[in-house]
Amino acid sequence: MSTIIILTVVSLSVLGVILAVILYFVAQKFKVVEDPRIDQVEACLPGANCGGCGYAGCRAFAESCVKASNLDNNYCPVGGNAVMKNIAAKLGMEVSEKLPMTAVVRCSGACGKRTAVVEYDGTASCMAKSALYTDSSSCQYGCLGEGDCARACKFGAIRMNAETGLPEVDEDKCTACGACVKACPQNIIELRNKGPKSRRVFVSCVNKDKGAVARKACSVACIGCRKCEKACPFGAITVEDNVAYIDFNKCRLCRKCVAECPTGAIHAVNFPQETNKQIKNDE
Amino acid sequence: MMSKTFPMGGVHPDDSKISANAAIEDFPLPAVAYVSMSQHLGAPAEPVVEAGQEVKAGQLIGKPSGFISAPVHSPYSGVVKNVDYVADLSGNKAKTVVIEVSGDQWDDGIDRSGEIKRDIVLSGPEIIAKIAEKGIVGLGGATFPTSVKLSVPKGKKAEYLIVNGAECEPFITSDYRQMIEQPEQLLIGTRIMMKALSLDRAYIGIEENKPEAIEKLRGYSKEYGDIEIVKLRKKYPQGGEKQLIKAVTGRNVPSMGLPIDVGAVVQNVSTAIAVYNAVQHNMPLVEKVVTVTGNCLPVQKNFRVRLGVKLSELIGHAGGVPEDCVKIISGGPMMGKAVYNIDAPVVKGTSSLLFLTRKETARRPESNCIRCASCVSACPMGLEPYLLGKLARLSKMEELEKNRVYDCIECGCCSYTCPAGIPLLDNIRLAKASVLKIMRSRPKK
Repeated sequence: MSTIIILTVVSLSVLGVILAVILYFVAQKFKVVEDPRIDQVEACLPGANCGGCGYAGCRAFAESCVKASNLDNNYCPVGGNAVMKNIAAKLGMEVSEKLPMTAVVRCSGACGKRTAVVEYDGTASCMAKSALYTDSSSCQYGCLGEGDCARACKFGAIRMNAETGLPEVDEDKCTACGACVKACPQNIIELRNKGPKSRRVFVSCVNKDKGAVARKACSVACIGCRKCEKACPFGAITVEDNVAYIDFNKCRLCRKCVAECPTGAIHAVNFPQETNKQIKNDE
Repeated sequence: MMSKTFPMGGVHPDDSKISANAAIEDFPLPAVAYVSMSQHLGAPAEPVVEAGQEVKAGQLIGKPSGFISAPVHSPYSGVVKNVDYVADLSGNKAKTVVIEVSGDQWDDGIDRSGEIKRDIVLSGPEIIAKIAEKGIVGLGGATFPTSVKLSVPKGKKAEYLIVNGAECEPFITSDYRQMIEQPEQLLIGTRIMMKALSLDRAYIGIEENKPEAIEKLRGYSKEYGDIEIVKLRKKYPQGGEKQLIKAVTGRNVPSMGLPIDVGAVVQNVSTAIAVYNAVQHNMPLVEKVVTVTGNCLPVQKNFRVRLGVKLSELIGHAGGVPEDCVKIISGGPMMGKAVYNIDAPVVKGTSSLLFLTRKETARRPESNCIRCASCVSACPMGLEPYLLGKLARLSKMEELEKNRVYDCIECGCCSYTCPAGIPLLDNIRLAKASVLKIMRSRPKK
């Protein structure tokens, strides 16, 4: 009886040792050498796998950071500067600070402001709508209002305002990953500098039609009149294809353009209320 | 003889050919016409006329830019007002030559006599060059340049020429009227294309719900014994290229392949007549038969329209938009496109204007998929639309590719048949475009 037990234990132990030795050599032979820094960098990242950096996920981004000679082309928009600093410290590299960005919706053609011309009863998707025709309103450039951007946002930062029919971005939640920019078939959403104290000035229209056509289509359209271009003391505004664009790197937030715009297409956000009034009183 | 058909899928919508007995009427010349430069698949034509220039009907006004492109000719005599961007029926702006029409002067060398010329003088390559020069494109709806389709690539051989007279879309009767009214022109046009492809046989496929057209064309069997009239079963999408080839030849066009891969060339009947006019009468493609129909219209019309007439003028001549009409469709009810801009001009691809009432267009309320597999039985391409629709909603591009979403011909049988009212095709079409984009962006092996 005891011999059976001893034999079993011995044979199994011997078998175990032999297999262990084989496994050891196999493991040595097929060893994948991976830079341990990749794991370290990945640990710093938010782990949302949103793709905002341009890579398939956080691990792919970490790999590219480790391989790169500098971090100029790599930026995690979700983690922002704090995370990039951490990564730089782990890799012993330098990183220049980037200004925080946020998604900006460049259309204010709410339901009452654009004339509706047709009725849409198709599937609720901006992509489907834009594949069929330009829009149910008279403006062929404006927001289609089916919420592809809101669905694309992995951080719950965009919601469709039922009253205006336009998307609204929650700046605190927006990580500037750019998913909504890609999702919008009309190219309305842009990533812009968040600005000091989140104060920003931007043109909230992308209508490329000539002034009269644009104005007829929507009461808050940019009509390309160039008043803002002339008013800007910093040369930040350019008018191309009948629509003004404010370069956020040059804009100093003086808001002279806001006061000039005849249609109210230029928006200034997060400025204190009083100063807004002051500007109007100065007029 | 048994009617031929394709074996897999298909649906049987009511054919509603209510305009079948309306003879083709010549549409009056408009005062101002809008001739678009992108009336065909491929690169838009480049205008060669300037504002203030006088043009004659049939004169070249847009030259092709690129291999897949087609020239555009002026359908009118008059003065060019300007070259502007004009919105098409979807509201997208395209370069357009605006012509103020005066009189009806035709360019030299164009034979408008209407006498039937039976002798084909030109050689094969000359025919193809002529077709390219006269701006002939596929008039079945895809508007692919006909000359490119007739130029068989090296290493391939054309064995079958099939002329498509199926007209399986409900309501549309423009092809039917042309088959009835211009049978000999159609047969000569077919012979011209046979010569271009160096074939000695051709087939004209016609659905069995058009017995007069079949009778009429079979009546010419003595003179045109080399052209067989094939009776096809009435089933949608019988006129789909792949379905027609399967019905006539029994061959399957491979996935992602072209008809020429199985030796087939398919042309529409109106294309064949346009080919006849171009080769025998030197006539460029400047007019088109357009059906104006709908259950809510007081009159049903088949108009021979010069290109560039505003759709709103056609609508006006058919008695205006009826009060209960809520949707106008360019093309048939199954695959046509809703008209967004009724001031858009008639183009080479316009085949019909269909007026629908709210009751006819109402979408069924959407409910959950009950896995009845009606869509699977209806799909003529052997796909699983319920699965593709679901994957499309979830944006699973790899899975969609594995399930051959790229084979979808967008016929709409799945949405038509779905008892749960799921807009299957809407979702699949979007996903198909994304998947094809991904596939094209991959480096070629």
